[in-house]
Amino acid sequence: MSTSKIFVMVVSGSLERLQMAAMVASVGAVSGNEVHVFLSMNALQYFIKGNDKTAPAEGSFGETMAQKNVPEFKTLFENAVELGDAKISPCSMAMDVLDVNSEDLEPYMTEPLGLTKFLSDSADGQIWSF
Amino acid sequence: MAERKVIDARGSFCPGPLMELIAGIKLIEIGDELEVLSSDKGSSSDIPEWVNKVGHEIVSNTEEDGVWHIVVRKTK
Repeated sequence: MSTSKIFVMVVSGSLERLQMAAMVASVGAVSGNEVHVFLSMNALQYFIKGNDKTAPAEGSFGETMAQKNVPEFKTLFENAVELGDAKISPCSMAMDVLDVNSEDLEPYMTEPLGLTKFLSDSADGQIWSF
Repeated sequence: MAERKVIDARGSFCPGPLMELIAGIKLIEIGDELEVLSSDKGSSSDIPEWVNKVGHEIVSNTEEDGVWHIVVRKTK
């Protein structure tokens, strides 16, 4: 069984992109790959505990998708961790900008990560960005 | 005797049925089976793809009235 290291950088706050990032992370992780997700910019807000904002659709697909029984992107990210041992890390810069600490974020996330380490770790893997 | 449980994932879209199968497989014994019911066409090929990649066994994969019945045996 061939496996890869899959690195996913998510900066978008739009539904379709968050959904696809979550699908790559979850399906990748449960298929035996080593998955690392880096959440920054507009994506990070949805992972603050108690956040109840829904991600806005970017286009007509997102609007249609929101009305169907598609797994929520946050559930898929959690599946990636629980079923596939993925690591989901918040960007330390984004945390500073939003003035949040690790305790404010979902418990299945790792400690904050910076770009230096993310770029170094991902040097020999697949890199996806949303 | 091997047990077979049913996971009814009808109405759920990809990758919901796959994730439900995987969560279910974690809870059963080696040799036991899960039958996934899915109305999602994408999952009908995605699930066997995953099963083969990870090394479990597809016992059967049939479609009836738009519902796929995929029986998976846990082998490890």
